[in-house]
Amino acid sequence: MSGQDVVFVLLGAVAIGSGVLVVTTRQIVHAALWLVVSFGALAGGYLVLTAEFVAWVQVLIYVGAVVVLLLFGIMLTRAPIGAAADLDSGNRWAALAVALGTAAVLVTVLVMGFGHAYKPLKAGGGSAEELGASVFRTWVLPFEVLSVLLLAALVGAIVLSRSDIGARKGG
Amino acid sequence: MHIIYPAVVSALLFAVGVYGVLARRNAILVLMAVELMLNAVNLNLVAFDVWWRDRLHGGQVLTLFTIVIAAAEVGLGLAIVLLVYRNRKVVDVDRLRELSEDPAPAAGQDAEPAKVTEGAA
Repeated sequence: MSGQDVVFVLLGAVAIGSGVLVVTTRQIVHAALWLVVSFGALAGGYLVLTAEFVAWVQVLIYVGAVVVLLLFGIMLTRAPIGAAADLDSGNRWAALAVALGTAAVLVTVLVMGFGHAYKPLKAGGGSAEELGASVFRTWVLPFEVLSVLLLAALVGAIVLSRSDIGARKGG
Repeated sequence: MHIIYPAVVSALLFAVGVYGVLARRNAILVLMAVELMLNAVNLNLVAFDVWWRDRLHGGQVLTLFTIVIAAAEVGLGLAIVLLVYRNRKVVDVDRLRELSEDPAPAAGQDAEPAKVTEGAA
């Protein structure tokens, strides 16, 4: 294991551990805050993998926007702030079995396929310059389609959450 | 960098997300677990982009697209959850059984009748 591997495995352990806490904690606000830790550790992992631009986008959008949006959702649905016992449904053991099966199958396949694959990292592959050139040359059409999708989602969210727009009465 | 470490981390994170989606009953916690699964996919994309040294950077660009779609998804999802909360006063996904096929009485139906959206304004 090289130094990069060690750093990545530590960051991955933090991400998985806080992810487990997200899905097992009994306090719903703590789940959102553990989500911040998980996303932050993943951003560190992207940095180790030389994907700097993706790492900062991850910090800005996930940690900055998505988690705040989730916290707003928690507040607006008046979720219990303290410890709540009924955050898990009754099929917890079936869910655990399915999750363990998923993990076993995926890890087995990946270890069989890529167990000894090694490639040295090269700096600069994920810089804003490279990614910007790639997005606005090769991937510009999906980029534009995606902007339309984001606009549609924005309009949809506004229409859904405004309470003074009801179903159309007459027409 | 051995490619197996990011691959295994993303597989385990995906499994954690699967557990969260299936085991949680609060709709917002289900959305958080979905975000974990999307992040696992993102990590996989970035890792294999680095592994293939893609000159078009397809993996990282697709990661950016996935992040945008995840932001749109969580915005719409939270709007729907808030609408359900306004109408039903409950966001537990296993108590919203109005559309289920089995005629067993649901726990949510005895709480209070549904209100229409205009009444909550």
